[in-house]
Amino acid sequence: MRRTAPLVELGGPVLLLVAAGVVATLVSRSTQIYVLDAIVAAAMVAGIYVFIGNSGVLSFGQISFVAVGAFAAGVMTVPLALKGSILRDLFPILRDHELGNLQSLALAAAVGAVLAAVVGLPLMRLSGLAAGIATFAVLEITNNLLREWRAIGPGATTLSLVPQTTGPFQATAGAVLVVAVAYAYQRSRAGRMLRATREDAAAAQAAGIDVHRQRLWAFVLSGALCGFAGGLYVHMLGSISTGQVYLELTFLTLAMLVVGGLTSLWGAVVGALSVSALDSLLSEAERGLDVGVTLTLPTGTRLVVVGALMALVLVLRPSGLTGGRELRLRRVGA
Amino acid sequence: MTPLAVVDAQTLVDAVALGATYALMAVGIGLVFGVLRLVNFAYGQLVMAGAYTLAFTSHLHPAASIAACLAVVVALSTVLDLAVFRRLRSQSPAVMLVTTFALAFLLQSIALIVDVRDGTIGEPVRVLSGLNRAFTVGDLHVRQITLVTIALAAVTLALLALLLGRTTIGLHMRAAAADFRTARLLGVRSDRVIGFAVLLSAVIAVLVAVVLTVRRPLVTPAFGLGETIVVLVGVVVGGLDRLWTATLGAFAIGVATGVINGVLPTDKTVFLPSAVFALVILVLLLRPGGLFAPRGAASVERV
Repeated sequence: MRRTAPLVELGGPVLLLVAAGVVATLVSRSTQIYVLDAIVAAAMVAGIYVFIGNSGVLSFGQISFVAVGAFAAGVMTVPLALKGSILRDLFPILRDHELGNLQSLALAAAVGAVLAAVVGLPLMRLSGLAAGIATFAVLEITNNLLREWRAIGPGATTLSLVPQTTGPFQATAGAVLVVAVAYAYQRSRAGRMLRATREDAAAAQAAGIDVHRQRLWAFVLSGALCGFAGGLYVHMLGSISTGQVYLELTFLTLAMLVVGGLTSLWGAVVGALSVSALDSLLSEAERGLDVGVTLTLPTGTRLVVVGALMALVLVLRPSGLTGGRELRLRRVGA
Repeated sequence: MTPLAVVDAQTLVDAVALGATYALMAVGIGLVFGVLRLVNFAYGQLVMAGAYTLAFTSHLHPAASIAACLAVVVALSTVLDLAVFRRLRSQSPAVMLVTTFALAFLLQSIALIVDVRDGTIGEPVRVLSGLNRAFTVGDLHVRQITLVTIALAAVTLALLALLLGRTTIGLHMRAAAADFRTARLLGVRSDRVIGFAVLLSAVIAVLVAVVLTVRRPLVTPAFGLGETIVVLVGVVVGGLDRLWTATLGAFAIGVATGVINGVLPTDKTVFLPSAVFALVILVLLLRPGGLFAPRGAASVERV
């Protein structure tokens, strides 16, 4: 019965995402935004998981790739007629061209991968605390450049007029694609080698695994998937500013990954969807939620609860809700 | 004196004061790192909690206000230590960093809830605001707080050096920082050492809160966050492992950014953060033990 394991391991997360996609088509417009947000978040977290989950090396920097993906896809899909007036300072090559929806998503993935390769080549030699701080520096640099360099984007102003092409179908299909790639990678030879370095770097090295190279592969793949997810994100929102893809999103996506379980794809998807659901519920409650009586929570409750949940999980159950295991059906047999 | 030289002296004094503030924060972070191997990302939020306490007690006598600030910050950091930090001791430094990152957001959001009850964001602090008066030496205008900051940092560091160098608890702390397990085997009581380090770092957070609120009287939930990030940069460049070089690193970053911001016009410094963070990455890659680590002593991944 072992042959069914891959089916369940990939099928579980995919089914969950498809179910969320179906829900998105059934609910009202205002609720739909939350569901789409959760699905896109799942794509981001699965992208982040490819590196952090498989390598066991912490990175605060993956949202940089989401950010460049979002801005690349956004800037290149703003209609040409409007671009000349609202993005005057762009490099001519960016200003005078316009891409379609799918092309822009491919571009977002490519930009994420290239940035990850440039950054990862030196940084993948680090691990532990040094890796955490260096990747944090990457996030800060990306944010600083996107905010101030008006030749590559809108600078500190909000980029608007991006076509809103990420509906229930594109969100679900995109997230399923990310999850499928992530799963294919972790089942591959390269993925298994990297997971071996996570369990015992010295032993893996002794067995002939090039730790640096394997981490770099995963980092670049993660960069591509995160960039792609950023593309989905900007097409869902229709507008984006640098503040939306910075510290708070880093915190939220890390919380999702930690709560679900760092070391499994199932954990990444479950964590993303459940924390998103909690987050949406609370942000509705901050505006006043009608549950018999109108319940209004003070602004900020959302992050307090998510932060407390993340800290609780880290202290009490570091392997997360799923225990860091992939989905298994009971009695399938070993 | 040429006008340029005057600008330089003025800028330099302000820059040194900024560096002194950063040095204090670096010591606060470094003391806890020494005994717990924990980089406290939420240290700025301790300063923020202290600043809010000062804001809410502004109507009291300054001494009472500062005492309240001390009580709140010490209580908060003790709670964090007992409820979170100590339970994470068996975890890797990276997991601890993620946890303090979460705590930073948690505390910041709690502050937001407390702050916006009155409908506006940000609370003014008036404690010791008289220290903002400037006095003039030649062409130099120096605010009193600038000198107070520098003096306070110097005295604090000197006292700390005495404490660590000349007392038993100081010796225990140094031993614990050097090798925690061996220190315990030799009779150093870990609870006392950790508790004391956390206490000291809380007291330093109070000093930073007082100094910063005089310089920037409007307290917001993000108060201290930007400073913490820059100080962490300085600490890493200086070398996390050794308290004094870490402090020196934070001081140097403070002086450097102060001078650059003072000399260059604003539109020329927009990419300064990128340069600073690129420097961190460079140091981490080339001298993982910090700029001042002895050659050949670069940290090796332990098996």
